Amino acid sequence: MTPYALQPARIVERRDEAEGIYTFVMRFVDPGVRKAYRFQPGQFNMLYAYGVGEVPISIVSDPAEPTRIEHTIRIAGRVTGVMTQWKVGDVVGIRGPYGKGWPMDAARGREVVIVTGGLGCAPVVGVINYIFRRRDQYGPLHILHGVKTPNDLLYRERFDAWRLHPRTTVYLTADRPDKSWRYRTGVVTELFDELRVDPSAIAMMCGPEVMMHYGIRALRQKGVNEDAIYLSMERHMQCGVGLCGHCQLGSQFVCKDGPVFPYTAVKRWLGVSAL
Amino acid sequence: MHDEAVTSPGALKRLPKAQLQSLLDILWERGFCVLGPVVRNGGVVFDAVRVVADMPLGMREEQQPGRYRLVPGVADEIFGVVNGPGSLKPSFFAPAEPLIELRKEQKGFSATALVPNVPRLAFLGVRACDLAALAVQDRIFLYDRFHDTHYAARREQLLLIGVSCTHSASTCFCASMQTGPEVTRGHDLVLTELDDVFVLQSATPAGEEIAAGLHLDDCGEREGAEAGAAVAACAAGMRRRLDTSDLPQLLYDELESPRWDDVARRCLSCTNCTMVCPTCFCHTVIDATAVDGKVSERVRQWDSCFSYEHAHIHGKNFRPHIRERYRQWLTHKLGSWIDQFGTSGCVGCGRCITWCPVGIDLTEEVAAIRAQRTARGAS
Repeated sequence: MTPYALQPARIVERRDEAEGIYTFVMRFVDPGVRKAYRFQPGQFNMLYAYGVGEVPISIVSDPAEPTRIEHTIRIAGRVTGVMTQWKVGDVVGIRGPYGKGWPMDAARGREVVIVTGGLGCAPVVGVINYIFRRRDQYGPLHILHGVKTPNDLLYRERFDAWRLHPRTTVYLTADRPDKSWRYRTGVVTELFDELRVDPSAIAMMCGPEVMMHYGIRALRQKGVNEDAIYLSMERHMQCGVGLCGHCQLGSQFVCKDGPVFPYTAVKRWLGVSAL
Repeated sequence: MHDEAVTSPGALKRLPKAQLQSLLDILWERGFCVLGPVVRNGGVVFDAVRVVADMPLGMREEQQPGRYRLVPGVADEIFGVVNGPGSLKPSFFAPAEPLIELRKEQKGFSATALVPNVPRLAFLGVRACDLAALAVQDRIFLYDRFHDTHYAARREQLLLIGVSCTHSASTCFCASMQTGPEVTRGHDLVLTELDDVFVLQSATPAGEEIAAGLHLDDCGEREGAEAGAAVAACAAGMRRRLDTSDLPQLLYDELESPRWDDVARRCLSCTNCTMVCPTCFCHTVIDATAVDGKVSERVRQWDSCFSYEHAHIHGKNFRPHIRERYRQWLTHKLGSWIDQFGTSGCVGCGRCITWCPVGIDLTEEVAAIRAQRTARGAS
C-alpha cells in the first residue's frame, strides 16, 4: 500500500485550551488499526482534513494508552484553520506515527532539563506528560520556557499546573515583559543562571534554533555532555516518510531521521543560516 | 548498489541495422509497450516507438549551457541524439498521479489506496547515465525505509535495452561520474551502434530470451573491437568533467562560500534543472476535490527545491532566497545525497546544464567553489 495511505479516525473529545489552541482526542475507526497502533513521545502523525490537506502534528497523549490519540493544534494556516472546526463525532484522517521520539529510556533515573521557546511547543508536552505519569522513574524535572512577549505565552495555565507536580520547577522568561509579567525578563538562556543541575542530566530542547544554540552553550557550561542533549528540529515535513524531500536539514530528513535528534547528529548544520 | 539478477554477459552478437525492426516487433508481440527516443517539440524524449522511422534518424543535437538544437547528423544513424529533456524518470515517478481516493460517506469518509494500472514497458536506447539514474531512484523509492508502491508498480516487469554511447554531447560528463558512457549495469540488453550494424549483448535471462528470438550471428572480432574502441573514444573525448574527489566535504565546508551569492545573481529559480534531472525526487501532494465535495483525491506532483514554497512552514521560510535554494540543490545533489543514499545524486547526464535558461553549469560552480577555497587558503 502507498505510504500515503491514511486511516479514518473519529474525534471523541475536544478541549478549547486557549485562543487558537485546541486539543482533540481521536480513535481509529477500524478496530484492527486501533489495536495495532503504537507510538513514542516526540513522534508525530500526519493529520488529514477531508479535501483540504495534511499537517504534521505531535502526539501529546501517553503511549501506554495507544488507542487514545491526543493532538494539540494551534491555528497556523489553511489546514489547521479548518481543523479548529472539528467537533466530537467528526471523522478525520491519520497517517503515522512517524519519526524518532525522545530518548525516554536513556532519561530514566536522570535529571531532565526541558528547554522550549516561542509559541507553544507541542513536541515536549508529550514528554512532560509522560514523566508526570511515571514521576518516580525520573529525577528532578526542570522546564525552561522563553517567549518574546507575555502575549506569546499562549497557554499560561498549563505552566502553572506543571509547577504543582513534585520535583518539578518551571522557569519562565519574556524578552519584552509587560506589567502583568511576574516572571523573569530576558532571553531563555538567562534562566540558566537559576538552574542547578547535575552534569549527568539529560536535556531536551524544542524551539527556535537560536534558542537551541544558546541553550546548548549554557548546558555545556553546566557540564552536561553533548551526547545528553536532544533537539526536536522543525522543517517543512510534508510526507512524513522521507520521500518528498522538503524537510531536509543538511544530510538529515527531519521527518524520518528526526524530528528528535541527538545534538551530535545535527551539530554541523546548526548555525548555518537558511539551510 | 541494487543489482538486478545478472547472468554472465552473453556473447557479442551482430544485429544488422535493417533488422532493428525485428527487435521492435518481437517486443510488441511479447506484450511490451516499447518506448524509445522520439522527437517532441524540438527535443528528444522517450515515447512509443512502433517502427524504426519513429526514432530520430540521421540526427544529432547541439547541446551547450542553455542551448539545445536538433541538427542533421550522420546518415542512417539511429541513436545519434544522446539525450533530451526526457529521461526515464517520468515513466516511473509520474509527474502527477493520484495516490489515494477519499469518498464522503454519511458518517465521515472512506479512504482507498489507488493502484496504478500500468502497461509492461520496454525501453529502447537507454543511455548509461539514465540507467545509473534509475538505480538512484530505485534506492530512494524501493529500498529506503518506506516503499513507494506507485513507483514499484511501474518498475516491475520492465525490459531495458541500453545503448552505449559512441559520441557524447558537449554537456555530458558521465565519464567523470563513473556512470558511462558504456552501459555496464541495470540493463537487459545493450546495443553499440556502428555504421551499418549493432553489436548486441544480453545481460539478463530476459534479455537473452529476446535476443534469441532474433536468431543473430555471432559478432566478428573486428566489429566487437570497433564497438569497444568507439565507446572508449567517447569516454576519452569527453571534455566536461566534475571532480568528485573532495565531495561531499568540499560543499559541507563551503556552505558560506561567496560563490552562492554569485550563482544566485544568475539563477532564475525556474526549477528547470530539477524537472529534467533524472534523479530529483522532491514532490508535493495536493488535494483535488470534486466540486460537489463527494470525492477527493490526494495527487502527487513533482516539486522542486527551487520553488519558494519548498522550505516554507507557517510563519517561516527556511530558504527564502535563491542563494539558499541553489545551495540546497547543489549540496544535496552532489553532497548530502551520498550520506543519505550511499550514492551521488548526479549521474553526469548534463541535462541541468543544457536546460538551464541562463546556462548555469554545475561542474563550473563546483570548480569555482573549490578554486575560491584554494585561493583563500593560499592568501
